[in-house]
Amino acid sequence: MTHEESRPIGGQKPAIEGWFEGGEDAHLTGARCTACSTVVFPPTRTFCPHPGCASDAFEPVPMSRQGRIWSYTSASYKPPEPYIAPEGEFEPFTILAVELEKEAMVVLGQAVRGVTPQDITVGDAVELVVETLYRDEDGERTIWKWKPVDAPGGAR
Amino acid sequence: MSQQVFVLGAGMHPWGKWGRNFVEYGVVAARRALSDAGVDWQDVDFVAGANTVRNGYPGYVSGATFAQALGWNGAQISSSYAACASGAQAIASARAQILAGLSDVALVVGADTTPKGFLKPNSGERWDDPDWLRFRLLGATNPTYFGLYARRRMDLYGATEEDFARVKVKNAAHGLHNEYARYRKAFTMEDVLSSPMVADPLRLLQICATSDGAAALVLCSERYAKKHGATVRIGGLSTATPTFPQTIIEMPEFATDSSAQQPPPSHTFKESLAAGAYEAAGVGPADLNLAEVYDLSSALELDWYEDIGMCARGEAEGLVREGVTTIGGRCPVNPSGGLACFGEAVPAQAIAQVCELTWQLRGECGERQVEGAKVGLAINQGLFGHGSCTILLR
Repeated sequence: MTHEESRPIGGQKPAIEGWFEGGEDAHLTGARCTACSTVVFPPTRTFCPHPGCASDAFEPVPMSRQGRIWSYTSASYKPPEPYIAPEGEFEPFTILAVELEKEAMVVLGQAVRGVTPQDITVGDAVELVVETLYRDEDGERTIWKWKPVDAPGGAR
Repeated sequence: MSQQVFVLGAGMHPWGKWGRNFVEYGVVAARRALSDAGVDWQDVDFVAGANTVRNGYPGYVSGATFAQALGWNGAQISSSYAACASGAQAIASARAQILAGLSDVALVVGADTTPKGFLKPNSGERWDDPDWLRFRLLGATNPTYFGLYARRRMDLYGATEEDFARVKVKNAAHGLHNEYARYRKAFTMEDVLSSPMVADPLRLLQICATSDGAAALVLCSERYAKKHGATVRIGGLSTATPTFPQTIIEMPEFATDSSAQQPPPSHTFKESLAAGAYEAAGVGPADLNLAEVYDLSSALELDWYEDIGMCARGEAEGLVREGVTTIGGRCPVNPSGGLACFGEAVPAQAIAQVCELTWQLRGECGERQVEGAKVGLAINQGLFGHGSCTILLR
């Protein structure tokens, strides 16, 4: 199983800015309310989601790089627009819901290429990496994905 | 003021796929409901429309659209959009007017015409809209979320593909006896399990379609009901929103709330919808004779059994294996055939659920009749924190 690390060189850009960082310590970037410390993802909320907190001030916070699979499924048909599929014949992929312990939240993300629902189970450990989502005229657009920590082909 | 709100009439246009103007379907359903109620359209003083957001401006002002289509009669109106709970929000709107003494007899109408295939966002780029971004950044469709919930049942509770197929087979058998259902065909387990995989573990025949359809209700005050002989009343109706932190990943979000700073509430969002309606109606799960639940996927129906308190978490598969939720069992679920036989016509669907409860409580359902039905529950959930639960009593 391979993954492509995000490299800070020309031709590769995140598909969306500010939501994740690539490299060896690839991680999601959440936003933490400066008044009550509630963390949100994506980091685009204007107002704190805690109903008892009226703050609108957040600071970016790196989120846990590892988590456990809450659940998983496949995209067996090509999703409609605005999804942009890679060129060529559609290749089904896997989508995970991953539980982050410290943040006590579940976050979605595709699995890295090559991981199928048959390879994983609820509770498996995964870590965050960055891979290509699609290519456009400006180059590669990257997105966060989850990679199982244990080798594939383990007992199920 | 009215202490109770009665359901005087119910009417539907069959579900299908014809691509005609949604207003046509809505008028048919409305006229059927009025006829069923024995009420003249010109006596209706309030029209609550359930909006469709895929049909341009007339769909956003459905109350007025249907009032105009039936012929302006000076009624007051409301137009509601609440995703899959739109119809229930329209019912709630009309109900509140009646309870407040501001309306005697209200018409509730919802209708839709729907595109083929996956439900997708309106065109154009919207980088601040999570419902747009989840397609662009993840390729997460609605079935994606259903697949996540289904897989969790398998890995945590030992649910099997056969369990999910069993729900579809049950609902298909129910829908054979429903003239308004779009799909009236008896599927076997083999049919279901050999249909193509869409969002593992869910196959095509386990995920509901999208349909054209329309449903309508005539609601009235106690005073009006006494004069017109209504026997079915709304016992409770909840359109509550979630309580922070929401711990179950919901369409169209990328993440749940964090429960690091604030512990989760005692009820999940869906449990809270049922709890609110039960409390208002003064009944509990043991009192239910039947339920209509939003089977967006056949696996999701099993989650609903637990959400409405029919059994403990993880035990829903047992209910369907034992036939408890099949017509003839202790508490049939989706005697109408459910979304499995209808497909979803967003603004009409919650109203259709209540039409079914009404006919069941009146004993008018023929071969799909639930014997002795006196307490019925309808529940659904939509994007962005929408949901509803309605309990009818006789």
